[in-house]
Parts: sequence; structure tokens; C-alpha cells
Amino acid sequence: MAWLTDQEAKAKRKTDIGPPHYSKMLPPVITKNYGKWKYHEELTPGSMVHVAESGDKIYTVRVASPRILATANIRAMLDIADKYCDGYIRWTTRNNVEFMTSKEENVPLIKKAAEAAGYPAGGIGAGLSNMVHTQGWVHCHGAASDASGLVKAIMDEVFPYFNEKRLPAKTRLALACCVNMCGAVHCSDIAVVAIHRKVPTIDHDSVKNLCEIPTTVGACPTRAISPDPAKKSVKINADKCMYCGNCFTVCPPINIHNPEQDGVAIVVGGKVGSLRTGPKFSKLAIPYIKNNPPRWPEVVSAVKSIIDTYAKDARKHERVGEWVERIGWESFFKKTGIEFTYQHIDDFTFARDTFRTSAAFKW
Amino acid sequence: MKKYETPLLDELEKGPWPSFVKEIKTAATKSEMANDELGQLEKSYRDKRGYWKHGGIVGVLGYGGGVIGRYSSLPEEFPGVAHFHTVRINQPSGMYYKTDSLRTILDLWDEYGSGLTNMHGSTGDMVLLGCRTEALEPLFAEVSSRGWDLGGSGSALRTPACCLGQSRCEWANIDTMDICNELTQTYQDYVHRPAWPYKFKFKIAGCAIDCVASIARADCSVIGTWKGKIAVDQDVVKDYAKAGMNITEEIVNMCPTGCMSYDGKELKIDDTNCSRCMHCISKMTKALRPTGEKGASILIGSKAPIVVGSLLSWVVVPFIKMEPPYTEFKALVEKMWDWWDDNAKPRERIGEVIEMKGMRSFLEAIGVPPQPQQVFEPRKDPFFFWKEEDLNGNK
Repeated sequence: MAWLTDQEAKAKRKTDIGPPHYSKMLPPVITKNYGKWKYHEELTPGSMVHVAESGDKIYTVRVASPRILATANIRAMLDIADKYCDGYIRWTTRNNVEFMTSKEENVPLIKKAAEAAGYPAGGIGAGLSNMVHTQGWVHCHGAASDASGLVKAIMDEVFPYFNEKRLPAKTRLALACCVNMCGAVHCSDIAVVAIHRKVPTIDHDSVKNLCEIPTTVGACPTRAISPDPAKKSVKINADKCMYCGNCFTVCPPINIHNPEQDGVAIVVGGKVGSLRTGPKFSKLAIPYIKNNPPRWPEVVSAVKSIIDTYAKDARKHERVGEWVERIGWESFFKKTGIEFTYQHIDDFTFARDTFRTSAAFKW
Repeated sequence: MKKYETPLLDELEKGPWPSFVKEIKTAATKSEMANDELGQLEKSYRDKRGYWKHGGIVGVLGYGGGVIGRYSSLPEEFPGVAHFHTVRINQPSGMYYKTDSLRTILDLWDEYGSGLTNMHGSTGDMVLLGCRTEALEPLFAEVSSRGWDLGGSGSALRTPACCLGQSRCEWANIDTMDICNELTQTYQDYVHRPAWPYKFKFKIAGCAIDCVASIARADCSVIGTWKGKIAVDQDVVKDYAKAGMNITEEIVNMCPTGCMSYDGKELKIDDTNCSRCMHCISKMTKALRPTGEKGASILIGSKAPIVVGSLLSWVVVPFIKMEPPYTEFKALVEKMWDWWDDNAKPRERIGEVIEMKGMRSFLEAIGVPPQPQQVFEPRKDPFFFWKEEDLNGNK
């Protein structure tokens, strides 16, 4: 294939057409039974069946993916879909891949083929699904840690909860490589978020060429940044800075990266569904663990330990956040052995609502 | 092609979970770009920091978004990633693909880019990772001439996303995939030409389980719900009991409103006290199902923590019918956009503006009356505003 010339490209291009209509992408059994599904059953942690009012069935095999996929390996998945799924495939909102078929006998064959290609089945029901994550060092300028590497190391360790062992309820893991939190990291059962801990340094000579001073001042949520007219730059009040990096986003010469001090925090107890209790934000469990690539053993063992404590202590159907609210945060820190520090006590915008106003609590 | 030693990344090829390093190495067998991505990433692992510069303004003619510029800060050392832009391809609703259709994109991407993808990005687009500036126009021409388009980026309407809804789920109260597609098509101009103070996201979920996390990460969360009773098939309830489910413990006692009872024979629901949370339905899907009028709750404002803290979406319209072509809903969101655009400072999301200007200002602008469903509880303080029209007679 040769690249299109400028002229060819101009003649060929179309704009504002939007994506292809989804109806062209649906397996026939789904088109036939659209809106007429009756129930579904989980068969294994990696497979389920949906049954329509018509009696038609569709079996789904869900498999893991690292989200970063090479075209060659996607083609291997498409070949499996051609062989067993009449040429249809889908991805889930958590980056799993789903193979669907009306033939029950294809389920183990799909599972075997996907596993042989390196993508094991799992992620359905009361266990772990894929870990939603961001770009990290692979592709982001603002990353305070990598994303894919941490996810790989964590999922290797807790893998049995993905494909075999069950938990009290579904448990959603997520990872964000900075506090921008692309993805619903702030409402996950257990999430890792990369943080900075040092006041940014400023390359004053570059600021005057690259940054708009009012925008940079305005970007700071704690008003720590003010103009520095003498230097035609800005200055940062170190006492007010909480290292969010928003200034770095609008003004590149303000450098927030610090390889020795950057690391990750772990937050727990969030959810997005309204089942039983309302959606919740995740709250701080561990304020800092240093970056230790390539496998971040301290982060991996902290996540594993929280999952194990939850698995042992929660009641059936209780999400992590519901479990913690029932036992109380003071019990959460006791049971997990996680140290409670100044960093755990909020001093940002929602602080007031988090201070205890009751004499009833646990020892 | 240069051969990089990658002892640190090699550690991440071990273990049962699929390895992103293997993916990058696979792409690197054919692409200098992917190969230099591998080399630069190993250096990041050694130095514990990223080596990417801020995005510059790159894109395709006539669009202000859909491509995010990315340049290596070490272009001499890693020339293959000197340009390594992101191209967002708008996914079909529900992320179903016909294999041939997806192969078309893969073939083009091997020709014009690094061969690396994200399936999918956080917002929902198919992400082509690593494109040179000069490849953008021909790639776009190839992709668009085959029926695909770019997604949103920057201060634009971001690519709408949805759960798979009625295509394969018995719980969907609304046709999420159709709503998602319809919004994407109607508002193409807003997707491709950023014209707002900041980004705006739609996410459409079929029920309150919210598999697309709409309530946590959409400026406008559309969540399917219903107004009628939950129909109970008592015979199937008995089957669940026989199969070992402890209905009292697992269903009745976990109901947040205490609206259920079970005497060992019959499961009763006081529907007037049900808050439609989906717990019982999701656990006894064969026995319980919503009936009556179907529609959606519209919640507004959620976002991640930058800059003054995360927000979950707030109930604004407790119930609205969602039937094609969704005229009432579209009129409502267009009023929201006007109010937001008039009142926001740069980089302020709609939820932040509602906090700043007050919910009343927002509700009045979009013509939605105050309703108790919009709040957990009324205000506690005695500091409330009165407007002239409140004083004159009817309020």
C-alpha cells in the first residue's frame, strides 16, 4: 500500500460523518433479539449466557487485555472471532474483549484459543475485572508513574481473583498516572493514583516565551501562584502548593517531575452503581509508596493485602466501600494494619464533611 | 532496525496477565516507531520519569480536535517517537465490531502509524497511538472514506459513550446505543470543532448499575430507569430459594429502603418505597423485572479531581422519556450548553459553574422546576435568596 498523495487525500476525505452505525456491527442473534433479552447467567468467571424471550441464547467469553494492543495481536483475536463467532467481536468499558456465539460447544474452544494467544478468560461477576488505567510513561507528558507496568504487576499477583477465585462482590480496580485521573479512578473499589510531593521548579527564562501569566496564575486551585514581574515570570508559595500539576499542564517550564519523590497513593471504597448504597468516591488508604519499577513490589503487596482483608471480612454482595462503611474507617485501618497519618485528614475543599461529629466510634 | 536491550521491561513479560511489553515488542518487529517507543520506555523505567513533551497543536484540516499532539523530549536519541501523536477514532456505540470492518482500520494503521493501539481510550474512542504529523491527512482521508470519523478532544463535545444496553442486557430501560449514536451524529460540529470553555461528556447507562461509570465521569449522565412496579415471578423465586439463595439475608435485608418482605413462600415488594437501586433485580434476574413507563434520569456535573475536587453527577431531571429522535432531551442539553458557555471561566466544567452560580440559576436557565428528588435533603442554613417573583403572590 502506498501513501495517498495530498491531492488524493483531499479528494477522498469526508468530514463530520461520525462513526459507523452500530447496527452494522452486531451479530445477527443480537439484532434479532435487541431489546428482548430475558435473563442471563454467569457460567464461569470467564463466560456467561444471555437468554432472550424468543429462547435464543448467546454465550459470551470475556478475556483479559492489556489495553495497549498491537495490530498483529488484534488480528489474532479477529481470527478467533471469525472461526467461532461468525466474524463479530466487542470490547467492554473495562478494556476486556468479548467473544460471542450462539453455540455452547464453542465456549471452551474460544477460551482455549484466546488463552493460547495470551489473553486468559475471566472478569465476570463477583471477582476482579480488568484494571482500568491510563497511559503513563508509555505516552503521557504528565505521568508521575507508569500505568501499564503497575497494572501488569498488580494483575499478575491477584490474577486468581480474575479467572477463578470469587470475592464478596465485584471489585473494580483502577490506576491513574497522575491526579487528572483519566477514567473513573476516583470511584473505584481500590485504585492507585500517582502523585507528586515536591513544589515545582520554574525555568524563568522559558516562562516568558511559553506561558501566559494570568492563565498560569489562574490554573492554581490553592492560589499558590502569583506573578513575579521582575522576572517576567511567576512565583509559587510553597506553603500553599499541593502538587496537583495543573500549572505544569498550562505552562511547561514549571517542572513538577521529581523521579526520587514521585510515587503513588492508594485509595479505596469507591463505586459508581446505586445498588444498596449510593455511588461513592474512593478515599485515601495509603498516602505514598515510592516508584519502584519494573514491578513495584510494595504497591503490589499493599493492593493484595487490602483485597485479602476485604475477601475475609466482608459480607456477601458487599462492595469494598460498603464493607468499610459498615465496620467504620477506624476498623479498616486496624484490620489492614495501614498507618493513619496527617495526610489522611482532609484539608482541601470537602474537608468539613469528613470530620467526625459523633461520640460513637470504635476502638 | 536498532536493537534495544530492555532488561527492566523484560521483567514485565513474566506472569499470567497479558503483557503490554509483548504488545509493544510485537509492533516493534515491523515498526521503527514502536521500536523507539520500546527504547524510550526502557529509559523511563531506568530513570523513573517520562520523556514526553506537552502536546502541540496538530490535527486535520477543518477539525480542531481528534488528534492529540505528542512529541518525545529525546528526539535525537529516539527519532521514531519524535512525533508520536494520538489519533482518536470514534467507536461504534457499544464497541461491537465486524471483524472485516476492524481489519480495515488495522491495515491502514500499519501503513500510516506505529501499529500500536489502545482498545479503547478512557472516553471510549479507539485510540491509534503514535502517528507522525505528515501521516495525519492521508490517514484521515483513508479512514473517513471508509466510513469512520475522528472523536473529540480539547474543549469540545467528547465522544459520547454508552453501556451495551438493550443489545445484550435485560436490565436496560433505554436504548443506550441508539441515544449515543444519535447524539454523536447530531452534534458532529461540536465534537470536531472545540467551541466551549472546556470539555463536555455524555455517558449513557441503561440502568443504575451504570457499567459505563456515567455518574462519575460525564458532565451529562443519562441513566435508564422506570416508573412502574417490579414484577415478581413467585415460582422462580422458589427456584432461587431451592438453589440455595438465602433470600432474607441476600435480598430482603440488603434492600436499602426496606421495601421487601419474604415469608419463605412469597416475596413481596412495596413498590411505593422502592428507590430502584437494582440490587434485588441484579441478584434475582430471572424472577424480578421492572414494568411500566421507561425513561431516564438526567444527572449533571461529574468530573475527576482537577482542579477543586471530584464531583459525582447531580440529579437535575428525575425522569424524562427517551424516545427517538430525543427532541425534548436535545432541547434541554442545548439550553445547558448556552448557560454554561455564558457563565464559565476558561477550563471550568459545567458542574463547577453550577456550584459557583448556584443550582437555581442553572435550573431556571434550563426550565426545570425544583423537585425533592434533586437533593438528599433541604438546606440546613437560613441564608436563602428571594427573587422579586418569589415575593409576588404565588410562591
